[in-house]
Amino acid sequence: MATISVRTRDGELHSFDGRIGASLMENIRNAGFDELLAMCGGCLSCATCHVYVEQLPTSANLPVSSIDETELLEGSDHRQENSRLSCQLPFDETLSGIVIGIAPED
Amino acid sequence: MKPGNLTQSFDCVIVGGGHGGSQTAAALRQCGFTGSIALIGAEPEIPYDRPSLSKDYLAGKKTFDRMHLRPQDFWGARDVELLLGRHVSRVDPTARTVMTDRGEHFSYGQLVWAAGGDPRKLTCPGSDLTGVFYIRSKADCDALLDVLPDAQRIVIIGGGYVGLEAAAVFREIGKDVTLVEALDRVLARVAGEPISRFYENEHRARGVDIRLNSGVTSLEETNGRVSSVALASGEAIAADIVVVGIGIIPSDGPLKAAGAEGPNGVDVDAFCRTSLPDIYCVGDCARLQYGPGIRIESVQNATDQATTAAKAICGEFKPYDAMPWFWSNQYDLKMQTVGLNYGFDSVVTRGDPASRSFSVIYLKNGAVLALDCINSPRDYVQGRKLVDSAARIDPAALADTSRQLKEIDLVTS
Repeated sequence: MATISVRTRDGELHSFDGRIGASLMENIRNAGFDELLAMCGGCLSCATCHVYVEQLPTSANLPVSSIDETELLEGSDHRQENSRLSCQLPFDETLSGIVIGIAPED
Repeated sequence: MKPGNLTQSFDCVIVGGGHGGSQTAAALRQCGFTGSIALIGAEPEIPYDRPSLSKDYLAGKKTFDRMHLRPQDFWGARDVELLLGRHVSRVDPTARTVMTDRGEHFSYGQLVWAAGGDPRKLTCPGSDLTGVFYIRSKADCDALLDVLPDAQRIVIIGGGYVGLEAAAVFREIGKDVTLVEALDRVLARVAGEPISRFYENEHRARGVDIRLNSGVTSLEETNGRVSSVALASGEAIAADIVVVGIGIIPSDGPLKAAGAEGPNGVDVDAFCRTSLPDIYCVGDCARLQYGPGIRIESVQNATDQATTAAKAICGEFKPYDAMPWFWSNQYDLKMQTVGLNYGFDSVVTRGDPASRSFSVIYLKNGAVLALDCINSPRDYVQGRKLVDSAARIDPAALADTSRQLKEIDLVTS
């Protein structure tokens, strides 16, 4: 089992088994977290799936942000160094144990 | 429940299973609404992402199970009753009931109308022939996908976003595509001329035969199937299938019949309330008090209006003032729009369209109204702030790509 932990905006941490091959956005949405709007459906056209990568498993790597992702994140008032758009992060076994925080709404 | 005479009661009935309807239900629960909720959807599927239909779904790049707006069990967990495959045919605002085409009656405490729109139908002779398709629902798209492998020559009627997105998909899988537009440019109703000309050039460069100023007089048939499209010029364009994308008609009939006001869509106030008591309207159907009154057909508008209505139902009256945004994907071109260009009196092109990364900025009386940004998320992001503040900037400075939008000084006057 590959697990994902999500911290909601009220600070609560929830863990669930992730689906390999789907994006973190899809995983978070499919687990029923309705704070994550993901309005464009994952096509990198908005920034409503903004998350913070709070903990990354040792030896795991995330894909480098594309220029488009970086630009979209720059538009957020809540951008941090660990900000990512979760639609751009495919979930696999190496990420089991990742801790993700849902960023505040812009 | 049995069809027929029993009336089932809900504290909130939502009509429409698209982005607006599903977000209304989700937002009600997020706001702490504890009453019963029913969501009545015309389609048999649970709420799904409609914009993908004319893009990744049509292209076979995205399976339907990845397009659900929420997972199936979300609705049960939120205690939202999904009543799918039903059309609401009547609203009785006095009895506070809605009736479906199955003869069911549902009574409501609050009603949220989020029924969206139906594709505007072609009306010329032959428009009901086999082989004529629309792209609005999964069923529409599936019917088209069924015959697509056997169709080589495709005529698209309508040069709006849906028609252009479909043209891009069809060219990418090697079909012969002709796009027929009645006006003198594509996207004429939504975008400025530089954007229209850019997309026309891009599609033509990829082999789409674009016919502007071309009215369709009839569709001709062979053995009961569409075989050509006759233009007002007298020319006939051979077609194995025809795809029509000429806009939508708001699905507001029952609400209008019940007395809701509004000439094109249903008039709503800043809280998405209609003129009828305890009836809200959100999404493609809702006519905003902006300019002369407009409807906005976008995911953003449906989602944000739904949140506004849900909050109002929960007693939190926060006027709708979300920043409009929209996107369109065609080939490797990503267009992002922010703001509404309604009433613009000048446009500035920022960057060279030939570079395939540029923006068009719409101004009214010198203030920034909106931007269409092609492959330029930086302008899109930075432009949001200019729209938000209705910034007044020297047009020459706006066009100067050596400086980022956020670094440009405002006109001081």
